[in-house]
Amino acid sequence: MPLRTEPITINIGPQHPSTHGVFRLRATFDGEVILDVEPVFGYLHRGSEKLAEERTYTQVITLTDRLDYVSSMINNQAYVLACEKLAGVEAPERGMYLRVIAAELQRIASHLVATGFLINDLGAFATPLMYCFREREKILDLFEMLCGARITVTYMRVGGVFQDAPEDFWPALKTFVKEMPIYLDEYEQLLSENEVLLIRTKGVAILSTETAINGSVSGPVLRSTGYPWDLRKADPYELYDRFDFEIPVGERGDNYDRYKVRISEMRQSIRILEQCMQQIEPGLVKTDVPLLLRPPVGEAYAHVESPKGELGFYVVSDGGVSPYRLKIRAPSFINLTILRELVIGLKLADMIVAFGSIDVNMGEVDR
Amino acid sequence: MYGLGIAKGFLLTMKVFLRKPVTVKYPEQRLKQHPRFRGEEFVWYEERCTGCASCAKYCPLGIIKIVTHPGDQKPLEGGFYDIDVFDIDIGRCMFCGLCVEACPYDALFMGSGFEEGQYRRDDLIITVDRLRAAEKHPSTWFRPQLEDSGYDPHKDSPASWEKVGRENWPFHLSSRPPGPADSDEGAQE
Repeated sequence: MPLRTEPITINIGPQHPSTHGVFRLRATFDGEVILDVEPVFGYLHRGSEKLAEERTYTQVITLTDRLDYVSSMINNQAYVLACEKLAGVEAPERGMYLRVIAAELQRIASHLVATGFLINDLGAFATPLMYCFREREKILDLFEMLCGARITVTYMRVGGVFQDAPEDFWPALKTFVKEMPIYLDEYEQLLSENEVLLIRTKGVAILSTETAINGSVSGPVLRSTGYPWDLRKADPYELYDRFDFEIPVGERGDNYDRYKVRISEMRQSIRILEQCMQQIEPGLVKTDVPLLLRPPVGEAYAHVESPKGELGFYVVSDGGVSPYRLKIRAPSFINLTILRELVIGLKLADMIVAFGSIDVNMGEVDR
Repeated sequence: MYGLGIAKGFLLTMKVFLRKPVTVKYPEQRLKQHPRFRGEEFVWYEERCTGCASCAKYCPLGIIKIVTHPGDQKPLEGGFYDIDVFDIDIGRCMFCGLCVEACPYDALFMGSGFEEGQYRRDDLIITVDRLRAAEKHPSTWFRPQLEDSGYDPHKDSPASWEKVGRENWPFHLSSRPPGPADSDEGAQE
């Protein structure tokens, strides 16, 4: 006599160690195979867009730190670029170089967190994560030199950065740039050929380029499918057209390719940092923009390549001291929408890995 | 060969095992903090403060409360305002430092500590008496003149108010106390 079976719906999260924040999944299973996944989010909603409407343009920079709290420098950068477009000011060259240096350091830090937590989700609890955090701490120490804070940096201002880098920053950055490739080789030695990692990630949760583009996915997740789309090349902002770097792409768009693309991107970031250190020249770091900025009536959109994808800020001004409307295009939020396509037909444990490999940050998803 | 990748990983683990640890045992050992570190224990120089409340206006959270009254000499004749209340509620502070950036007279500085745990929320409010009595170890954040002098809040002795200002500003050059006309020149937007 055949047994009568029926699908079962299971709640995962919101408090779960592998949800990278507070994120809830309503998953329907047939045995251990996933039939359907319904993400439920909003547990970390703070209303940043609304809060921005009653803060001055400079004060909003502190809010952007808290969107994607592992890449706050790049959030700062995207916001100030939008404001500069709106106000019609441009940062001096040294200010732009300092911004690029900060952004590339932050990209490495964010990718380190992504890699570390991906391995953490695979079940290698904390050990590879600690390897990655060892280097992330060095980057955060550099940020402490640069701007006095480690996570919530508030480093950039409309029209540049608030202050020049201290004298002891440059030797420290040089040491870091020299040592980082050695550490990247260490990760690759530890992980890239590890059979457990290969079995769990190769050919699992494959994303096709068409699905990715249809879902307006960007960042390493899109590049892992073999589509070389990087805003630093496609729409060069700041000084990125001066640097020589490549866009690493994957082949198949599986979990392993997403991991590999991030590792290769860190190497490219180091190349950019090296070129920055050669090219940077003394000068002003900030144009004379008042702390209480009143841009003319209008609207502006600026986007940057954040570690997660295309991060865009759309600012509307009514001529007052605070934005009339601020819209944030959060890459994590949009990349999360393809999770359902990725995981249907997989097992529960693979879903956690697929979720980790997209590298979402709930602070940015919920805003 | 199967298992070679894991063996390579273990080789690295053994190599790292023999290295010097990168962590420190926190309360006994401490990492070096940079002088620019934005910390608690705000440093406030009453001699420099005019009570203009720029810091309170630029605070994104509005946690600085300032109450002043005119001093014995009339303000228009060059007198100072006396400060009755200067409360900073660091229970809600996010240490962005915009108050320090807004201060036109170099009177407010970030502190350098980070161990301000309290049992009650009320104890987290830094009152004017506490600011007056505190040892002044200002952070060099947004104070380039302090950074150029090589001041390190974690090593050096407290900095007096004469040492911390930007003395080439017109407001500081005159020997008389500041009046409204001067403060317009010294103030940033």
